[in-house]
Amino acid sequence: MSIVRAPVAGPARGGRSRLSPAAGPPGEPRNVGWLYLAPALAMYGVFVLVPFVHSVYLAFFTWDGIGPQEFVGLDNFRAIWESDDFRQAFVHASELIGFYSVLPVVIALVLVSVMNRSRIRGLTAFRTLLFLPYIVAPTAVAVIWRWLLAPDGPVNSALSAVGLGALTRAWLGDFSLALPSIGLVGTWVMFGLVLVLLIAGVQKIPSELYEAAKIDGAGAWWEFRAVTLPGLRYEIAVVLVLTVTAALRNFDIVYVMTGGGPGTSTLVPSYLVYRQAFVVGEIGGAAAIGVVLAVLIALVNVVITRIGGTSS
Amino acid sequence: MIRGRDQALGYSVIIAATLLAVIPFIGVIVLALGKPGDSSGSVSLAAATHWSNFADVWGTVGFSTSMGTSAIITGVTVLVSVLLSVPAGYALALTNFRGRSILFLLMVFGLLIPLEAMIVPLYFDLRAVNLADNYWSVILPETGFSVAFGAFWMRAYFLSSPRALVEAARLDGASSLQTLLRILLPLARPQMLTLGVLFFVWNWNDFLLPLVMLAGSDLQTAPISLVFFQGQHTTNYTYLAAGALIVIAPVVLVYVVLQRSFSRGVLAGAVKG
Repeated sequence: MSIVRAPVAGPARGGRSRLSPAAGPPGEPRNVGWLYLAPALAMYGVFVLVPFVHSVYLAFFTWDGIGPQEFVGLDNFRAIWESDDFRQAFVHASELIGFYSVLPVVIALVLVSVMNRSRIRGLTAFRTLLFLPYIVAPTAVAVIWRWLLAPDGPVNSALSAVGLGALTRAWLGDFSLALPSIGLVGTWVMFGLVLVLLIAGVQKIPSELYEAAKIDGAGAWWEFRAVTLPGLRYEIAVVLVLTVTAALRNFDIVYVMTGGGPGTSTLVPSYLVYRQAFVVGEIGGAAAIGVVLAVLIALVNVVITRIGGTSS
Repeated sequence: MIRGRDQALGYSVIIAATLLAVIPFIGVIVLALGKPGDSSGSVSLAAATHWSNFADVWGTVGFSTSMGTSAIITGVTVLVSVLLSVPAGYALALTNFRGRSILFLLMVFGLLIPLEAMIVPLYFDLRAVNLADNYWSVILPETGFSVAFGAFWMRAYFLSSPRALVEAARLDGASSLQTLLRILLPLARPQMLTLGVLFFVWNWNDFLLPLVMLAGSDLQTAPISLVFFQGQHTTNYTYLAAGALIVIAPVVLVYVVLQRSFSRGVLAGAVKG
């Protein structure tokens, strides 16, 4: 799993060479570098940077997509705060973080501690299967879970079969259960990946640390606090970045499973961008929501990376 | 003795977790092989398996067309993205031009921007220049996102490649292009494969971009046709299950065949926002 570190080695090294820009060997090619970079840079500039900058620009206007654009200052951003639907969408996104990130990480941490660093033979085979929910198309995942959670679907059948018929629900049609249902699908998608990463991480912690903790008379809880948790800092940061971003950007699953409903109970920012821009026709408002989402994701990434530290 | 108990506990945990991940897929496979229109999902395995469901969904329902569209879009995007990422990563790692650090930061910045913060102008701007409702309207933006990560990924690899090798090549008078093609690329094949696999999965699974960019045409990618099919046939779960399996099949196939590249890529993919 040393590979986890490979991309992270990049920036650190870049930092070093930035300190001494002319430190390369005399023969190091210079301006020809532009030629190698230009095609990728052009694609990136035209299809990522320009649309992003244009999004920021549009966020300050009202526009229906056809007529004239009217400058409205910060009104679109204010609307995100003042409109119940919009604000709710962001609240829902933060609730989904609980299901996509917190729940899988907490469960995996408990399991990893309970497993007590036992070596699993054939972890690769298990890994293949555990990753499956994460790598298949989210649209397919959503279709599968819509069936599982249907009123006459397998989940309700299973509940009835074990005598819990009283618990059967129209999961996705229920105002208070639809969002947690979507959240649990996210938990299912992320859990295997999180577990595999944490198991791999814990096996890299030097066993001397555990022995030292034992000699110091540390109980299971202290061993976890003093050895396991700090040892997994990097892995936890990686899975948090991954899962929090996925939670904030949830579009496919909501689009397929509930379309934001019932009512507005599963509205999320990504779906709102789509709806406002391409269904309602409020282009400026949609752009503003997209920009706020981008800022949130960037912030979360920076904070997690800071706390987790990419050094290790 | 205690180790043995830990071991057993470890295996029970991992087996339970694996079952949790796999059972919904098994359920869908069983459902897809059942009698069309039977939505209960309670299937006796002894009953006849209806392989014809797949043929129906592939032919009559029209998945063959959308799978073809997805194959074209994904294939071109993966190929072009890898081809552009390699020299970009090379430039950022092993050449020393003015503004290199700034441009590197600029491309890393792209890893943080979600599609949601670009999709609105992409739709209107590409439409304005008649670049909408065709293959390119999806391929070009996908390539733009992909190369940001690709350049980052290949740069990290080239930085970790043995310096001495590169410098020896230079002392022998190799041009920068020769160094890349003859010395570095043969060694970089596993990295490029991993990158290609990652691009493949991201692009094949993508939904929002093609949904928006192809909205005014008859073109559909595989995930889109699955979703539209669900919209029309919410009760025919048998066909829906078969459709879902068809859509995920290529990714699962690549996943099983290229297991090693894949896991490495999925883990590395964590750095892509």
